[in-house]
Amino acid sequence: MRKLLPIILVSFTAFVFLLRLFYLQVLDESFDEVSTNISVRKVYDYPQRGYIYDRNGELMVGNQPAYDVMAVPLEVKQFDTLELSSLLKITPERLKIQLEKAWRYSPRLASVITPQLTKKEYAFLQERMHKYQGFYIQKRSLRDYNVNHSANVLGYIAEVGQSEISKNSYYKSGDLKGKQGVEQQYEEILRGERGVKHFLRDIHNKNIKPFKEGKFDTLSQKGSDLSLTIDSKLQAYGEKLMQGKRGGIVAIEPESGEILSLVTAPSYDPDLLVGRKRSKNYTRLWYDSISRPLYNRPLQAIYAPGSPFKVLTGLVALQENVVDLDERFSCRGGYSYGRGVKMKCHHHPSPVQMVTGIAHSCNSYFAQVYRRTIEKYETPQEGMDNWNQHMSSFGLGDYLGYDLPVGRAGLLPDAEYYNKAYRFPTYKWYASATLSNAIGQGEVITTPIQLANVTATIANKGWYYTPHILKAIDGTSIKDEAYTTKKFTTIDEEHFEPIIEGMHDVFNYGTAKFLRVPGIEVCGKTGTAENYTKIDGKRVQLTDHSIFVAFAPKDNPKIAIAVFVENGYWGARYAGRISSLMIEKYLKGEIERKDLESWVMTNDLEDEYAKPLSGEPFKINQ
Amino acid sequence: MPKTILQLDWLTVFIIITLIGFGWGNIYSTTYISPEEPIFDLTKIYGKQLLFIGLGFIIAILVLALESKFFERFSSLIYAASILSLLGLFVFGKTIAGQTAWYSFGSFGLQPAEFAKTAVALALAKYISEMDNDLTKFSSQVKAFFIIGFPLLLIMLQPDAGSAFIYLAFAIPLYREGLPHFYITFGLLFGIIFVLTLKFGFLIFAIFALLIILLLYFFNRNKKPKLWLYSLALVISLGFSYSVNFILNSVLLPHQKDRFEVLLGETKDIKGSAFNLYQSEVAIGSGGWTGKGWLKGSQTQGRFVPEQHTDYIFSTVGEEWGFLGASLVVILFSLLILRLFHLAERQKSQFSRVYGYCVLSILFIHFFVNIAMVIGLFPTVGIPLPFFSYGGSGLWGFLILVLIFLKLDAKRNSLN
Repeated sequence: MRKLLPIILVSFTAFVFLLRLFYLQVLDESFDEVSTNISVRKVYDYPQRGYIYDRNGELMVGNQPAYDVMAVPLEVKQFDTLELSSLLKITPERLKIQLEKAWRYSPRLASVITPQLTKKEYAFLQERMHKYQGFYIQKRSLRDYNVNHSANVLGYIAEVGQSEISKNSYYKSGDLKGKQGVEQQYEEILRGERGVKHFLRDIHNKNIKPFKEGKFDTLSQKGSDLSLTIDSKLQAYGEKLMQGKRGGIVAIEPESGEILSLVTAPSYDPDLLVGRKRSKNYTRLWYDSISRPLYNRPLQAIYAPGSPFKVLTGLVALQENVVDLDERFSCRGGYSYGRGVKMKCHHHPSPVQMVTGIAHSCNSYFAQVYRRTIEKYETPQEGMDNWNQHMSSFGLGDYLGYDLPVGRAGLLPDAEYYNKAYRFPTYKWYASATLSNAIGQGEVITTPIQLANVTATIANKGWYYTPHILKAIDGTSIKDEAYTTKKFTTIDEEHFEPIIEGMHDVFNYGTAKFLRVPGIEVCGKTGTAENYTKIDGKRVQLTDHSIFVAFAPKDNPKIAIAVFVENGYWGARYAGRISSLMIEKYLKGEIERKDLESWVMTNDLEDEYAKPLSGEPFKINQ
Repeated sequence: MPKTILQLDWLTVFIIITLIGFGWGNIYSTTYISPEEPIFDLTKIYGKQLLFIGLGFIIAILVLALESKFFERFSSLIYAASILSLLGLFVFGKTIAGQTAWYSFGSFGLQPAEFAKTAVALALAKYISEMDNDLTKFSSQVKAFFIIGFPLLLIMLQPDAGSAFIYLAFAIPLYREGLPHFYITFGLLFGIIFVLTLKFGFLIFAIFALLIILLLYFFNRNKKPKLWLYSLALVISLGFSYSVNFILNSVLLPHQKDRFEVLLGETKDIKGSAFNLYQSEVAIGSGGWTGKGWLKGSQTQGRFVPEQHTDYIFSTVGEEWGFLGASLVVILFSLLILRLFHLAERQKSQFSRVYGYCVLSILFIHFFVNIAMVIGLFPTVGIPLPFFSYGGSGLWGFLILVLIFLKLDAKRNSLN
């Protein structure tokens, strides 16, 4: 009996298999239908990409239809190359190259032959395409820009590359994908869900009817709409003010961390990167290595923060309790801190204490309180690390964590940094060696958005929300904890009062008194940062960068702003004027100070930018 | 050696060669791009398989050249080496699609689980054929289960549920050598309860189980049945049925659960897991009596069936060779297994007989699971069709497995 088991098992199995095969292959006719009609074709239905609105519901980016001519190489039969290439408006050689490329990608999958035809071209072609077996037209949607600014914020969409297709199986040849900016950051939200329809097709390659009554089909789902935190009007105004200059503007709403505007200059019209003209224009922008329009300066450019950094030096000194608010320091053209070493200062009333020190931007004052902050500890290493900790709590020296795909960490030195630089313990170093940090001219390096965030933090008296660009998805406010959790600094709230007072006085009698905005109490700080370039391997100093940070109104601040203008000379000259105009524009909606506005719009720095390229000797800071 | 060749069972050899040749033709059909390209191209799947077949021939000769006593004498050593090769995977193995089942050598890989089956078969045969082991005794059963269970555990850990499933095959030789009915009966019953519960739910199953057991009791009452025995059976089967949901949700991985539900037609996810089976059924179903002809299957040439050159190779046969071709393959496999059964039963040594049973059982499980899966009678279990599917490890593993037995059979008169 036991011996019979294998015989029973095998016979029974073979019998069942043969029955099942007979049923599937001979009795059940439903498969023959598929069989005679060859097989199933998938037709993709590309959804509309989500729209992008500004914070006030103004449409910034919409869509327009476009049509790709696709081909499945294995299905392409003999055809008149000349005729088709003239229909597609490409050369016969180009058509041949495209078909070879398609064959290499996959003989069985569709590839793009000519991308992104307009509606008119499509209407003309559609009647003639049926002659060409293996070719068909795929509808897609392209971006339609309602604004001519914000290219650096929005990013663009482009056909996916071969490497992206192999990395992410969602994408197929000819698919469009967000690159840079919001389009890249929120690609998966914006793109929606591609739908697919299965068709049976006949020998002539025509779809005859849905496969299995469409039970494998999916509907496409439109991408979600995004509302940005950007104020479209303010952004447009910022880009206008920055014409002819290089640099960046970042404006943040302090109470929410929402980025109101993020301007880079020079920039470009986002419409340049739509459709077939994209690759030509992109190449042109990419190769502009002098003004670098694709470089997102407010996020990627790193500058010495200059004098605005003094307010942080002051805050840390107060927190560490190394200086009294009333303690006076005299300044006679600078501060001597070693044998024949002196940090120079400009001309201003003396002596100064904390508030007037900020208003007059006194180098000597901040050099001395900085030195005390570091020397409060037994070793300069401890002092430095303690200082670093305070400064880090403002989001310096690291990526801020905002929701855009590019950025820089900047640099915030600590003890280890100087140990390495001075080769400790072989050589020793002291607070005096790091003294330039006090006035933002040392090793500290920041991006404009970091500095804007510091300004917002001061406006809030000690906390900030991580700056972000996304306000809502399909009208629902974001709930991402990264952007809705307050981050506190290590400085107590009380210490901000005198600092804000000082920043207010900058406008009352200090370095920016001619920039007062009528009817608005503004607090700010000027900055001027030395900078250098290399010409023929030699280090050459260029005209200072103009820097300005501000927030307003003084009580209940609505906007915090940082402006960098490369080689714009002193802080109030360009950056200060631009900041003051931006604040007026945002809070009042229009500009009363027309002469100030026209000064900014008519003056440019092209001559300044031409100097280092001229090959001739030149003067700076004129 | 020349003598061995004369004594070989040529019917078996002939069936195997036919399967390999037919298999290659189908692999070519699923993977070729243009008929103008050379056949022996190592960058192409069909080219690689040709190389595997060539090397397989050499391996076959080597196996046949070994002394027939060698396999029995060194069975423990071979078993140990095989265990080591499975253990080594956790250190040197390459992880592909979540499974650490391969040793990788450039573009080629070796899958030790394909060879472990042979090692377990040898060790099991050796163990059972030793004088004092008796499978009716509990201690012997435990040891036999351990021989099977240890490599099984290692394979489960890779995790490769498909390869592990094959080890069920060893139930057949154990049963032949005296394992009590009890095991087989209960194994089958649990399988049936599992499927019935999945299909109809616990409640309906419980009602039916109650009815059946009451009826059995009623019809057997003349024989004075023990009430407690019937009650126990009821409680156990209800308990097992009740835990099916737990097994489904906690023991099986999500994709394995899907496969059960697909088979029972209970899933609506036809775009995902069910689409593959559907494509396979369309391919086979559209084959008709005689098929669409070699290289002419529209489903095959449209590359609609996933993994068609490996686990789903039978769907190509169904489409391009029709009912005749598919039946031929089913009949060839049945013949092969029955022939091996005949050979096993004529062995004079118990070692050879048990080993022969292991061989035919392993082939049977592969044949059964693979084709049942492709024609929609069994959930998806990723195991190859012997001699047919693409893959070097699989082909060589099966060749070694069968040829050792053919060698033993050739020398059956000189072995005791």
